[in-house]
Amino acid sequence: MGLEEEAGGSAKILPPTEQELSAELDTKLQKYLRGEGADLEALKDKKLKGQLFVREKLYGNSAKAAAKFEKWLMPSEGGYLEAEGVEKTWRIKQDQLTREVDILSSRNQYDIVLKDLGPYTLDFTPSGRYMATAGRKGHVAIVDMKSMELIREMQVKETVRDIVFLHNESFFAVAQKKYPYIYNRDGIELHCLKEHGAVSRLQFLKNHFLLASINKFGQLRYQDVTTGGTVSMWKPTSAAPLVKMLCHHGPISALAFHPNGHLMASCGREKKIKIWDLRKFEVVQTIPGHHAKTLDFSQKGLLAAGTGSYAQVLGDFSGTQNYSRYMGHSIAKGYQIGKVSFRPYEDVLVMGHSMGWSSILIPGSGEPNFDTWVANPFETSEQRREKEIHSLLDKLPPETIMLDPSKIGTLRPYKKREKPTKEEIEAEKEAAVESVKDIALKKKTKGRNKTSKRVMKRKVLIDKAKKPFLEKQMLEEGKVAGKKRNLGEETELPASLKRFVRKKAAV
Amino acid sequence: MKVKVISRSTDEFTRERSQDLQRVFRNFDPKLRPQEKAVEYVRALNAAKLEKIFARPFIGAMDGHIDAISCMAKNPNFLKGIFSGSMDGDIRLWDIASRKTVCQFPGHQGAVRGLTASTDGSTLISCGTDCTVRIWSVPVAATLESDHASNKPIEANAVYVGKNAYWAVDHQWGGDLFATTGARVEIWNHNRSQPVNTFEWGTDTVISVRFNPGEPNLLATSASDRSIALYDLRMSTPARKLIMQTRTNSIAWNPMEPLNFTAANEDCSCYSYDARKLDEAKCVHKDHVSAVMDIDYSPTGREFVTGSYDRTVRIFPYNGGHSREIYHTKRMQRVFCVKFSSDASYIISGSDDTNLRLWKAKASEQMGVLLPREQKKHEYQEAVKNRYKHLPEVKRIVRHRHLPRPIYKAKELRRTVIDAEKKKEERRKAHSTPGSIVTESVRKRRIIREVE
Repeated sequence: MGLEEEAGGSAKILPPTEQELSAELDTKLQKYLRGEGADLEALKDKKLKGQLFVREKLYGNSAKAAAKFEKWLMPSEGGYLEAEGVEKTWRIKQDQLTREVDILSSRNQYDIVLKDLGPYTLDFTPSGRYMATAGRKGHVAIVDMKSMELIREMQVKETVRDIVFLHNESFFAVAQKKYPYIYNRDGIELHCLKEHGAVSRLQFLKNHFLLASINKFGQLRYQDVTTGGTVSMWKPTSAAPLVKMLCHHGPISALAFHPNGHLMASCGREKKIKIWDLRKFEVVQTIPGHHAKTLDFSQKGLLAAGTGSYAQVLGDFSGTQNYSRYMGHSIAKGYQIGKVSFRPYEDVLVMGHSMGWSSILIPGSGEPNFDTWVANPFETSEQRREKEIHSLLDKLPPETIMLDPSKIGTLRPYKKREKPTKEEIEAEKEAAVESVKDIALKKKTKGRNKTSKRVMKRKVLIDKAKKPFLEKQMLEEGKVAGKKRNLGEETELPASLKRFVRKKAAV
Repeated sequence: MKVKVISRSTDEFTRERSQDLQRVFRNFDPKLRPQEKAVEYVRALNAAKLEKIFARPFIGAMDGHIDAISCMAKNPNFLKGIFSGSMDGDIRLWDIASRKTVCQFPGHQGAVRGLTASTDGSTLISCGTDCTVRIWSVPVAATLESDHASNKPIEANAVYVGKNAYWAVDHQWGGDLFATTGARVEIWNHNRSQPVNTFEWGTDTVISVRFNPGEPNLLATSASDRSIALYDLRMSTPARKLIMQTRTNSIAWNPMEPLNFTAANEDCSCYSYDARKLDEAKCVHKDHVSAVMDIDYSPTGREFVTGSYDRTVRIFPYNGGHSREIYHTKRMQRVFCVKFSSDASYIISGSDDTNLRLWKAKASEQMGVLLPREQKKHEYQEAVKNRYKHLPEVKRIVRHRHLPRPIYKAKELRRTVIDAEKKKEERRKAHSTPGSIVTESVRKRRIIREVE
């Protein structure tokens, strides 16, 4: 026993550097463990317990290996900006920065002025290599950011409201005046998506291959770009929205999501930026003083807010989601910033404004180490083709769009089958009625197009949509009334006649 | 101020020459993969579907015998060969790769009941209902390659005649003794024409025998008085006997855990026992719908194959109650013997329709030499499928096996019978004083008693 104690004691006394190392690795380990392990003490099945014990040990080993890999084997280090002495980071100007960094990085700071063709909006491919920009007056351009080469430039001769890349740089979608169009890398129009109508914003879900669009009537549509079929309204499995949040006292001007999936930043007209925690739907922080027309989070969690001709970058440096000023940049007076977007895997922020676009350096905003199988800025065409095929094979079905995607494969907590609450039923009914109201009825000719008849027809359609909900409601009420009636009958009859009451089985 | 910005030089991240491999950089951060679980689920689903697409377990049939095949033997020294004996006395050595007969060993007058090869692979011993034990020497030249002008008949080295018909034979591992059974258990030496030792316990025929791979002096036999007996050669009397409710047709020892053996029983299930503790089965393997005729363990000790009277071959995990795989063909009739090949990749089944059939142990496995990348991909698919195999969509695909109609019907019938019995038992229990009716555990239920 004495020997055992000695051995145990010597294992604990580590030299101080090793202690620091192990503490550092422990913090990194938490990230790779992806939550708590299973509680094995509560299991009675010994075989399952043994199997799960082995599995948990393997998870621990793989998390340790990943933590060590992160510490020792990553090729690049992240960027940083440290102010010395009295200077503050938010007072540092871009020309000061460009003088300090190397030539290649200083080339990332530039302004492109295109006066005629309207405010520019932009989008990046997930690897950050290609950028698609579109000016309001119809100028569409695809740029290779590594070589600053213009891949394709065209004029669509219509108002353009938004542009997004599809799964890679070969396809992009442009929200034009009447409908959104999908173009090829060479500028050839591939599809015109007529059902979407006049779209104001587009977004592409790259794991699901879904193109989401919202048009001026407020309709949200998901279109599967591989098969061409539309999915449905809010969430592909329910017609009513999942969560409704009242964020600001007035209209919301900008929204952005943090890459970890828990945080959301929103800005309203009352000049406040609010940071929300999406797990509890609570405000984490309110930052006063900005009426940001556009917001964006970087891969490392920095928040860029564009107001007028000034872009402010906020960061949380203590790790407690407390955002404070980090850097700022004001472009020429009179230029209005339309969209800010961080470039993935680079320390660069690109702002699309009314006279073109500008790119500035924000040290510490991009993820320094990319994963070749996720997004590769140095992709060759063969690798691009392979990746396309692999991501098509891994295409997620629309049912996996959910609030917490890590719940797939876990046990649903046992709940007694709850009836949907009254509000939920109401919401479903409203959504059904709304969808019916949009159906365009054919206008008849030859004198058969009376207004009264059209109104009647529309009424009939709305009633048909409401019918299943009303029927269910009546059934419920019938049940309740029946129960009440049964109770009532029994209390009214005298005792001697009670045996003759027909005892029906409960419905 | 101190400033550093991410700047990547192209030559660090791209390859130098076009003959080089492309460089791959990894970052395992979960933040870069927001929907990893959903992607894994889709991959598990696709892996399950692909496995079913590539599942082609039947390789071929070895044709040649003219009567039902009664027994088979593996050659421990030669991977490609298998011996088979049929009900008309014909013994053949087959080359599995070409599925042709290498040589024949004619001589038996009646059915060949038992075949076994010595540990060094040079001698084959056979016994049959004509009361003879024959010793043959396996031709070495023929084992190296199968000639086209093969089927050379070979003369027996020795013929030992006994008093009663013999039912089974097995050779000791690493020794030079072999045991035959019939009316009693007899231990022989290669050179002696009379048995060296005899064991007798009761008056019933002993129908199968197996030597323990780990302990060369231990052997297990099963007799038609529904018993399994363990014998130790160093003792003069038999060691232990276990009597069950139905007869055991065959026994196989686990090569990796030599203290455990599994018995293939007439009541459609297999019982795994620990030889030290025979009063309770370790595991009951239930899936067949008719008597289990033969059983053989894989060299890994993790699974075993059984052949049954219901015309199917099933593969069970060593500790699992249900089969992981079932093989059947319209042309395969009652399966009388099965063997797992010594490299754990193939299964050979000998059946009533005079054919030996060669199957893959893993139905969707790609045979041959795989590139390391292919190997890794297969392992990944297997792992991701196992992680999500409890989810309904994946489970439905992984569990699905086509059963022939008679077996499907028989299974349903058994299910209803078992359910009815269970319900009756439960009701009896519910309506009697608590504790008066005690249900026996499944592992003990079929055992009558243990005898020293």
